[in-house]
Amino acid sequence: MGVEVRVEGLTKSFGGQPVWSDVSLTLPAGEISVLLGPSGTGKSVFLKTLVGLLKPDRGAIWIEGRDLARLSERALYEVRKLFGVLFQDGALFGSMTIYDNVAFPLREHTRRSESEIRAVVHEKLEMVGLLGAERKLPGEISGGMRKRAGLARALVLDPQIILFDEPDSGLDPVRTAYLNQLIIDLNQQTGATFLIVTHDINTARTVPDNIGLIYHGHLAMFGPREMLLSSTEPVVRQFLNAQRIGPIGMAEEKDSDELRAEAEAGVELPPLPPIPLQLAPSDGRPRRAEQSPGRWCEEHDVVPPAGSFQGVRGSVWQPTEALR
Amino acid sequence: MSPPTGTGRSASNTSTSTSTSTSSGPGSGTGKLAAGTGGGGPTRLTSGLRGFGHFFAFCLDALRGLVRRPFQVREFVQQAWFISSVSILPAALVAIPFGAVIALQLGSLVRQLGAQSFTGATSVLAVVREASPIVTALIIAGAGGSAICADLGARKIREELDAMEVLGIDPVHRLVAPRIVAAALVAALLNGLVSVVGVAGGYFFNVVMQGGTPGAYLASFQALGQLSDLAVGEVKAVLFGAVAALVASYHGMTAKGGPKGVGDAVNQSVVLTFMLLFALNFVITAVYFQLVPQRGM
Repeated sequence: MGVEVRVEGLTKSFGGQPVWSDVSLTLPAGEISVLLGPSGTGKSVFLKTLVGLLKPDRGAIWIEGRDLARLSERALYEVRKLFGVLFQDGALFGSMTIYDNVAFPLREHTRRSESEIRAVVHEKLEMVGLLGAERKLPGEISGGMRKRAGLARALVLDPQIILFDEPDSGLDPVRTAYLNQLIIDLNQQTGATFLIVTHDINTARTVPDNIGLIYHGHLAMFGPREMLLSSTEPVVRQFLNAQRIGPIGMAEEKDSDELRAEAEAGVELPPLPPIPLQLAPSDGRPRRAEQSPGRWCEEHDVVPPAGSFQGVRGSVWQPTEALR
Repeated sequence: MSPPTGTGRSASNTSTSTSTSTSSGPGSGTGKLAAGTGGGGPTRLTSGLRGFGHFFAFCLDALRGLVRRPFQVREFVQQAWFISSVSILPAALVAIPFGAVIALQLGSLVRQLGAQSFTGATSVLAVVREASPIVTALIIAGAGGSAICADLGARKIREELDAMEVLGIDPVHRLVAPRIVAAALVAALLNGLVSVVGVAGGYFFNVVMQGGTPGAYLASFQALGQLSDLAVGEVKAVLFGAVAALVASYHGMTAKGGPKGVGDAVNQSVVLTFMLLFALNFVITAVYFQLVPQRGM
């Protein structure tokens, strides 16, 4: 079963330049959360802080009653065994074959025999569809394959918390869809806690149970998927709907003059698109933290945009007739 | 996608009420402005000192990694093999002219002083005590150290080292400690090789080119040389190998900024290693002459 991760008042800066400050959120055990944010807002830094690769300036990260920010080096290595991390480019060991890469954590941490290791590696490679590429070196396969091999290696120790650093960057839409489905299925099978850092809107809209948005050095919002997708908060609304109108500019946030000019020109925000259904596990069983579509909206008296929660589960969002 | 129309807008207006539990809104603009303090002299000084501090902390970690079980034998053998494969040939090729130059210089100088019978002693002692460890240092830092630094630097920027840490494996123990032992061992062996080649080169130039006698060459060497000369040469070589590996590993593991960062790290590590090794060589030589009494004639 997954493990809850509670982050309190986390602050990180590089050379006096704050990356983000006072980030507090809870990743519920066994649920999938997505962390969004414009490029360069320190999402990857947040991920690295979460596994203790970077020390935060202030704040705490609570996992099973231990504060990761204050653990000794040795204790940190113990806690890290709970984690599986998929790095942006897979971060495979370049001198080892795919097979050895995936077998590496098993050989280092367990006393299993080589035939047991082969069985586990085989299973994980099959899961990510890489059977047949075992003998290849990371330099000889494509970026998408490297990513999947990295995922197989991250899964091999059966982690309780799995972190993804942009699983969909550099992948074509079909592979992204497969990878998203794989994430959903893994979550359903293992019950681990997932955190996905991405800026792919389609992933963010259909995969998670919870969404967070980092913007301008702080966590703008974190909560259930439907809460963010129906939010009128300008930043959240602009980002989740990939619009130009709103506080996020090309370089950094727009300044007040620009915003005022925008308001005076009478530019109105386009309507919120309908909230799509969540992706379902491929075996037809419900998700771990599944709630009936629209439940959060009902409980909080929020009327979802017209056309929400319709259509085939997991299909790419299309504007419905009502909007045309 | 079709552009949104009026009906869509009205739909959205009715559908969205304010969300319940959000944190403060965007755009207050405090964080960015508060940053960017410091700069100027004191910051540069402290950052320089901080670099030294990090390096020493890294050295202590590495020493702790050396004694931690299990020792990574496989990695050690691979690295020892790799370092020797890149360093043996250049070391031998550098040692021949080095020994010859010393023989030529000292040969003519000693003849001017009227002590031809001691040419053997002077050139052999110069090669075994000084030239050989220095050549070893140059080769180990230039060939072995740069390779270690480039390898670890490439792993660092490809996030391999991060991945290793996340998999619960300490890169200092897994990668750096075997490299230190391998570099020290190869340096010790290389020192022996360079000594032999250098002495042989010196003998050839002294006896064949300058008309010295083989008997005088060997006898004078035995009169002045002692076993501790070889020992101090080996001690130097072992320390040079270890220091070169430490500096190279440190720079490799702290490389940042993409492929260019790796190049910079290799450059810095080689330059710094040269400076450190020559300084270390001076200190060891000075201590050696204080501690070990020299033979008289």
